[in-house]
Amino acid sequence: MNSTREAYGQALAELGEKYPIYVFDADLSKATQTVHFAKKFPERFTNMGIAESNMIGYAAGYAACGATVFASTFAEFAAGRAYDQIRNSVAYPHLNVKIAATHGGVLIGADGGSHQCVEDLALMRAIPGMVVLCPADTEETRRCVEAAILYDGPVYLRFGRMGTPEIYENGKTCTFEIGKGTVVEDGTDVTLIAVGDMVSRAATAAKKLKEEGISAAVIDMASVKPIDEALVVEYAKKTGCIVTAEDHNIMGGLGGAVSEVLAKHQPVPQEMVGLQDQFGRSGTPADLAEYYGLTAEKIVEAAKKCMQRK
Amino acid sequence: MKLAYSSEELKKTANDIRINIVESIHCGGSGHPGGSLSIAEMMAVLYFHEMDVDEKNPKWEDRDRFVLSKGHAAPAYYAALAERGYFDKEVLKTLRHIDSILQGHPDMKKVPGVDMSTGSLGQGISAAAGMARFAKQTGKGFRVYSILGDGEIQEGQVWEAVMSAGHFKLDNLTAFLDNNDLQIDGHVSAEMSVYPIREKFEAFGWNVVEADGHDVDELVEAVAKAKACEGKPTLIWCKTVKGKGVSFMENQVGWHGGAINDEQYETAMKELKG
Repeated sequence: MNSTREAYGQALAELGEKYPIYVFDADLSKATQTVHFAKKFPERFTNMGIAESNMIGYAAGYAACGATVFASTFAEFAAGRAYDQIRNSVAYPHLNVKIAATHGGVLIGADGGSHQCVEDLALMRAIPGMVVLCPADTEETRRCVEAAILYDGPVYLRFGRMGTPEIYENGKTCTFEIGKGTVVEDGTDVTLIAVGDMVSRAATAAKKLKEEGISAAVIDMASVKPIDEALVVEYAKKTGCIVTAEDHNIMGGLGGAVSEVLAKHQPVPQEMVGLQDQFGRSGTPADLAEYYGLTAEKIVEAAKKCMQRK
Repeated sequence: MKLAYSSEELKKTANDIRINIVESIHCGGSGHPGGSLSIAEMMAVLYFHEMDVDEKNPKWEDRDRFVLSKGHAAPAYYAALAERGYFDKEVLKTLRHIDSILQGHPDMKKVPGVDMSTGSLGQGISAAAGMARFAKQTGKGFRVYSILGDGEIQEGQVWEAVMSAGHFKLDNLTAFLDNNDLQIDGHVSAEMSVYPIREKFEAFGWNVVEADGHDVDELVEAVAKAKACEGKPTLIWCKTVKGKGVSFMENQVGWHGGAINDEQYETAMKELKG
C-alpha cells in the first residue's frame, strides 16, 4: 500500500520533468518524500532548515518572481506554525505557492498530539481564495499535484502518512478536478462523503451496509474547497441523508464544509465521523482509528443513525 | 532603467517624498507618519539612484526588487512610486479610502510597482531573501533591496531570514535597517532591546555598513559598498530620526501612527516647503 505522501513524492519527481517547479522543504524531505525531487532536480530544490515561517516567505518571494513553488513540511508546521505567513505572504497576494503538507490527522501514529494536525483543513479553508485538496490514493494524489501546478494561485494539499488502499484501480476511474467530487460508489439510502484515508473506510462501510440491504453512495471529496456543491445537493436529494468522514476535527473541515452546503441549499440530516473536538495522542494508527472512531464500523453506525433521522 | 540623480536632486526628492507622505496621511485620515518620514532618503536613493526599474513596465522580469518589510511605512513607498511615475500623484490623496489602490499596507495586486505585499512584520525580509535566492538559482542578475524597522527585528522570523541569507551567501540582497529607536509603546532599547546590531548580523554572515539614514551621500556610498561585497548579504544600518523633517513629529513616539489634522498639516507643510 502506498501512502499519499509517497504518492506526492513520486508525483513531484515525475511532474518536475514536465513543469519548471521549485520545491522547498524544512528538514523533513525524507518524511514528506520531497527527497525524490531533491535527488532528481537538486538545482530546483532547497532545504530551508527547521524554519517553516521563513520557508513560506522564500516560497512567496520565488512566486512573486513568477515561479511555481511547492513548500512541504508536516501539516501542523505548515497550516499551524506558518499560518500567518501563508495568509499574508501567499494567499493575500494570491501567489503561486502550493503548500503541500504531509502527516495530516491522527492516523499518522505514535508521534502524538503535538504532531497530529486536526485543524489544518479548517484553517486553510477559512483563508479567502485558498484551494484545499485532500486526495485519497496514489492516482488521485498525482492528479491533485498536477492540478495544483496548473491552477494560478495558492493551494493547500494534505497528505497522510500511512499506506492506504488504492481507490482508483480495477476499472474505477478518478475524475478529480478542482471543485469536483468523485462518485466512488452509487447508492440511494445514504451518502458517505469522505476525504483522504477515510475514503477507503467509507467504501468498506458501504460494502458492510450493502450486506444489510442498505444502499450507500460513496463520494470522494478531495476538493474540500471549492467543494462540489452541486454533487452534495444532488446526493442530499437522492439519498436524503449524509455522513461525512475525515481524519480531522469535525468542526470546520469536510464536515463543516458539507453542512454549509446543506444548510444553504438542501437541509437533510448529517452525521459527522471525525475527531469530536479532541487532540490526538500516541498509539499505533490502528489503535488510534479505534480510539477516535475513524473506522468503517463507526461510519456504518453513523449511516444507520442518519437514516433514522430522515 | 536606473536614474542617476545628483546629491542635490536626491535631497529634493526626499523632501518631495516627505511632502507627499504628509499630504496622503492628511487626506487618508490615518497612517504611520513617523516611520514613513524616517525612510524618505532611503526611498529616494533606491528609486532615483540605485534600482534598475521601469515605471512604464512595472512587471519587467529582470528589474531590481524592493520589499518594504516594515509595511506600515507604505506612505513613503507610495510617495516614491508616484514621484518615479508609476501612477499619478493625485492618487496619493486616496490613501486608505474604500475605493483606493493604496491600502493601509502595501498590496502588490493593487499598486503598480509594489513587488511584494507586506504588513505583518518580519515576513517581508523572508520574501526579499527568497527573491534574491531565486535570482541566484536562475542566473538572473537583479538585486533585491528591503527596509526593516528596528522594532521589526524583534520578530523571530527576521532571524530565520537573516540566517538563511547568510547561509545562501545572498550578496545580491541589501537590507536597510531604519534604526530610529522607537516602536509603538516606547523606545526599542527599553521595550525589547535589539542591540547589539552589528554583532548579531555579522554572526549570521552579513556584511554591515553604517550610515546616517538622512544623508543621501552616505546612503549612496553604503549601497556601493554593499554591491562590492561578494559572498555576503549587506545590512545598511541607518541611524534615523522618527518623524524626520516635521518638527513636532521628530522623535515623538506618539507619531508612530495616527491622523494629521488641518492645523498640523499646515504647520508641517510650511516646514517642508520652507
